[in-house]
Amino acid sequence: MRISALVTSITIIMIVFFLFREGVGIFKSPSVEKGYVIAVNKSNAVETLNSTQLKNIYDQEITNWKTLGGKSQEITVFRVEDITNYYSEEELGANMEYLPAKISEVLAKTPGMIAFFPSTYLVKNFKGKVLPLKNISVANFLGGTEWFPTAQPSAQFGAWPLILGTLYVSLIAILLALPLGLATAVYLAEIADKRTRNFLKPVIELLAGIPSVVYGFFGLVVIVPILKNTFHLDSGQSGLAGGILLAIMALPTIITVSEDALHNTPNAMREASLAMGASKWQTICRIVVPYSSSGITAAAILGIGRAMGETMAVLMVTGNAAVVPHSIFEPLRTIPATIAAELGEAPQGGLHYQALFTLGCILFIMTVSANLMAGYISKKKRLA
Amino acid sequence: MKKILIIALCLYSSLGFAQRIKGSDTVLPLSQKEAEVFGKKNKGSKLIVTGGGTGIGFTALIDGNTDIAMASRKIKLDERLKLQDAGKAFKEVIISYDALGVVVNPANKVSQLTREQLEGIFTGKITNWKAVGGDDLKIVVYSRETSSGTYEFFKEHVMNKKNYASAVLNLPATGAIIESVSQTKGSIGYVGLAYLEKDVKALKVSFDKGKNYIAPSMATAKNKTYPITRPLYFYYLTKSEKSLKPFIDFTLSAEGQDIVEKVGYVPLN
Repeated sequence: MRISALVTSITIIMIVFFLFREGVGIFKSPSVEKGYVIAVNKSNAVETLNSTQLKNIYDQEITNWKTLGGKSQEITVFRVEDITNYYSEEELGANMEYLPAKISEVLAKTPGMIAFFPSTYLVKNFKGKVLPLKNISVANFLGGTEWFPTAQPSAQFGAWPLILGTLYVSLIAILLALPLGLATAVYLAEIADKRTRNFLKPVIELLAGIPSVVYGFFGLVVIVPILKNTFHLDSGQSGLAGGILLAIMALPTIITVSEDALHNTPNAMREASLAMGASKWQTICRIVVPYSSSGITAAAILGIGRAMGETMAVLMVTGNAAVVPHSIFEPLRTIPATIAAELGEAPQGGLHYQALFTLGCILFIMTVSANLMAGYISKKKRLA
Repeated sequence: MKKILIIALCLYSSLGFAQRIKGSDTVLPLSQKEAEVFGKKNKGSKLIVTGGGTGIGFTALIDGNTDIAMASRKIKLDERLKLQDAGKAFKEVIISYDALGVVVNPANKVSQLTREQLEGIFTGKITNWKAVGGDDLKIVVYSRETSSGTYEFFKEHVMNKKNYASAVLNLPATGAIIESVSQTKGSIGYVGLAYLEKDVKALKVSFDKGKNYIAPSMATAKNKTYPITRPLYFYYLTKSEKSLKPFIDFTLSAEGQDIVEKVGYVPLN
């Protein structure tokens, strides 16, 4: 017994350690992929660019250096493939052996150019100016509002919409599931006769046994169209759809755990209350529910935990647009869905990979703090 | 216990001789079919095909956990450098092409778009169907997940490498895109040629500023008039070329290319 407890705790500590070791790595690197450099013409006054500016330049949103604090000059965007627009195949050599020299040349010739190319093509007497790149900061990662992990040249890692998305969906889910779950639990524990209970309990437990992909599919085919038609939305894929689905998924946990808690109320207390002349309803509201409040809190937290960490179902119904949600009818993107969808294709050990681990750390911190909060609340209740 | 050990050992030894193919989920159905037919013809050979994603395939190739990496995009510089560091030379072979169709809801009046209009829609500059000759209806844009090869390909080929708008809805699978586009009136999305069906309407596209509009079909993809096509790759290490050659040659042979067409991709010739 002691050994198994030891093994379990060591495993947990190791997982947490691994998660944070991988997750912290992202703050030690710039947002441009390793092995690439950003360079400009020597005459350019701009000293450094942040990742948002880089993205806007390459998306041709910013077209003049004046906006970035330089001279008034058109920006010419250059990627390695564009070299063929400037030089013929012969000039580059049969095996592209003159490519590095030509990049340097074209950059020296064009004053308004910004070039993005592999650092292996950087020649010794490079005639341009390589821009120093700032590392990704914690504030940028947490507060950034754009999530484009594969954007080139500069990936955008703004986790704020994802964090908000996760919180939104969980909140909607728990607001829907808690009253419904609690009411069902009270009915099952206090009011229902034995036959009804024997029928209802397995049905509810069956809910817990349905795989989450099936829930997701159900959500996509049934809940999403219903929402779209009821509220006349452009698309039913929204935070609300995710919330409803998660509420259904969290129900069995909430019902089972809180029903157990209600059952644990000593019969003596119920009888005492009834003997004092309280009605059945008063007994439930004033005696049984308050007595088992810590168990109910635990049920709620377990439900939230399930909702926050749920991946597959949410992935299918929330639309996964990484925007800061303004209403529950808008699509949103949660942290687990992001990790599940992107980890498979992210090059291992790369920037994107580390960013996903950092998201994992954030999710971990969120769930742990929810659990700690629950512990604190139930302790406080007991003292009062 | 002993029995389990023996079984495990047998399994291990049989796996040891098998050739492993891993990577892109887009290439997966094709490789599976090729491996199945190839396995029937060559009794001694053993091929194990698994998916996971293009990135997973390359990682496995770098770590020596697979013999062939399937890819729906070209190898990234990052991955190339890692293979170089490990002292592993590799080869790349194009096994077939895949064409992407742009689809809208069947109720949509619009039936053709230019590349510039598509770029505007997917980057979020055009938000209403009115702007491209349709009804006054908000455009709901569906895309694949950021990490899928299809996402990158569409961005490079159609959107002039600009980034997607933040408000684009990302769905995890092609099936989910079909389902959503068929449900949502103002929607637009893209799917592989093999997935085009009557629940959604495929748009004609023009890459020459509106002179010629081409509808996606096996015929137009084959004669290269349809512009949104991409190559699918096998990557393998040069040192294992000899043992892999029969399978790769089979894939490239007339019979192998027949299978390509049956699975719904575009043959090389």
